[in-house]
Amino acid sequence: MRNSLGREIPDEWLRKTGKEVYRGPSFRCESSYRKAAPTVRSARLDGHSKVVDSIRSVLEKCGVHDGMYFGFHHHFRDGDYVINLVMKEVAAMGVRDITICASSMGTAHDYIDELIEQGVVSSIQSSGVRGRIGEAISYGKLKRPAVIRSHGGRVRAIEEGDIHLDIAFVGAPTCDEYGNARPVGGKSDCGVLSYSMADARYADKVVVLTDCLVLFPNVPASISMTDVDYVCVVDEIGDPKKIVSNVIRETKDVRELMMADYCARIITESPYFRDGFSFQTGGGGAALAVTKLLRRPMEESGVSIGFAIGGIMKAMCDMMDDGLVKKIVDAQVFDSFAIEHIKRNPNHVEISTSEYANPMNKGAYVNRLDFVILGALEVDVDFNVNVITGSDGIVRGAPGGHPDTAAGARCSIIVAPLIRGRIPTVCDRVLTVTTPGETVDVVVTDYGIAINPRRADLLEAYKYSRLPIMTIEELRDIAYGITGRPDPIPFEDEVVALVEYRDGTILDVIRKIKE
Amino acid sequence: MIIEKPAAAGTLESCDAQVIVEPGNGGVELELDSKVIHQFGRQIRAVILDTLCRLDVTDAKVTVKDMGALDCTIRARVEAAVYRSAGQTDQIPWEKLADEK
Repeated sequence: MRNSLGREIPDEWLRKTGKEVYRGPSFRCESSYRKAAPTVRSARLDGHSKVVDSIRSVLEKCGVHDGMYFGFHHHFRDGDYVINLVMKEVAAMGVRDITICASSMGTAHDYIDELIEQGVVSSIQSSGVRGRIGEAISYGKLKRPAVIRSHGGRVRAIEEGDIHLDIAFVGAPTCDEYGNARPVGGKSDCGVLSYSMADARYADKVVVLTDCLVLFPNVPASISMTDVDYVCVVDEIGDPKKIVSNVIRETKDVRELMMADYCARIITESPYFRDGFSFQTGGGGAALAVTKLLRRPMEESGVSIGFAIGGIMKAMCDMMDDGLVKKIVDAQVFDSFAIEHIKRNPNHVEISTSEYANPMNKGAYVNRLDFVILGALEVDVDFNVNVITGSDGIVRGAPGGHPDTAAGARCSIIVAPLIRGRIPTVCDRVLTVTTPGETVDVVVTDYGIAINPRRADLLEAYKYSRLPIMTIEELRDIAYGITGRPDPIPFEDEVVALVEYRDGTILDVIRKIKE
Repeated sequence: MIIEKPAAAGTLESCDAQVIVEPGNGGVELELDSKVIHQFGRQIRAVILDTLCRLDVTDAKVTVKDMGALDCTIRARVEAAVYRSAGQTDQIPWEKLADEK
């Protein structure tokens, strides 16, 4: 069946998943449902220690068995040891058919590819997939298709009960023996534990792994003892050097700087640039430069940011310290400066991923966002964006909060170079839709800027602008004029991944790559 | 033009292409490897063969490793490799080459 973006979703998978096809970003707004709930085994009265001496014993106590669903978070990013530590033990115990539901996975988890081959891991559900796992998915090695969800979509799926986590593993920089976990104070600080909050509240068993056991009570706790079954102390939960980068890459690339300048001018010339506006950007070179470029026009016009959403970096913290940002609501920290900042600044606060982006709760921050700056691998003439499949057709990206913030923000801005190597970014039809075009407002490239014609108000707002505004078709024609028109990548029929929209409807499918 | 000896042009840097031409076995034999083979393999092949044709190369073994180069780059690398293989490193007919594009 075709969804409203014209993407063919095989009936077989609608039947097997019980899902509906995507019908627009507001399709499920204001609908009612009953939240899922975990099975809880209550504590004893003696307040005994929950510390268990090994991952093996923890798995045994949790009654690990074939076919379970495990939750993991990605706050340790490329420095994460938790997934591999746990899964190695699971494999050693002879357990099979595990589904890994992680908030994101990367090159730190290449080892999992071996477990996919061995049948220990049979499916992956994640908001990001890179490295060898992406190849394993694209070459059809999973027993059941992967499910790709946005950050908000993952929390929604947990809260609505689409995913029921049997065990959630929470890597925590500090924890006390009764299960109160914090993202700071240890040797592997990650600043926030936002992505693990839903896991801790909705999984049947919750295990905290830490490499720094501290005195009870470890407060204020991000993950509370009320939700934690066991605490396991390991030597290292991650590589601190890879959890955050100490050196922020400040781009000197003139192309990125020019695009950043265009983005900053789109923002300052828009009707939403007023005192108290809200703002989010990712961690890319151009995006970071936008934050810095906004400083001067903000100071000149006496405008400050009401709230900024993380991924947070030094540039945003500096602006807060200089009185240009009132609140930072943080679900992800990108550098060590931001970690130190959240420890000492009461206006820089940790939020849960549900608060950040869940489309089916009673209100998330993204719904109150004015601007978001996002990247793209491809954008098509319908403004649909692909951030998941690379130019070779292989899964290698992360929707992350992309679909969530695009849907919520009053003005969502995509920034990307018009061509990368010989690959045109603006094209006729994206390989995979991860963010629907009806939620994308402005596309900024090095050759020009396109405004979504659905946004007549924005077209009007920039009518007298001196920015190089053109149609998306003109951008595509410039790109194709340089690169030539690309031929389609050949795929098999077999579906290897389902791309869910944030509300749980099916946005697109990814097919097996032809060898 | 006659391919007299093996010659190469270009690099394996991103957005470049490495072209090697060698004396052939009575025809044009093209071996192409590209990072963007699915989307642009057909077009790259056509550009290479067209460039060889314009240079009147009818007997050559051509090996191209493309790293996502644009057509203009591929054309220039093929021309350079062919002229080098014919031992012609000065007196290149630049105007003629420019006209033919």
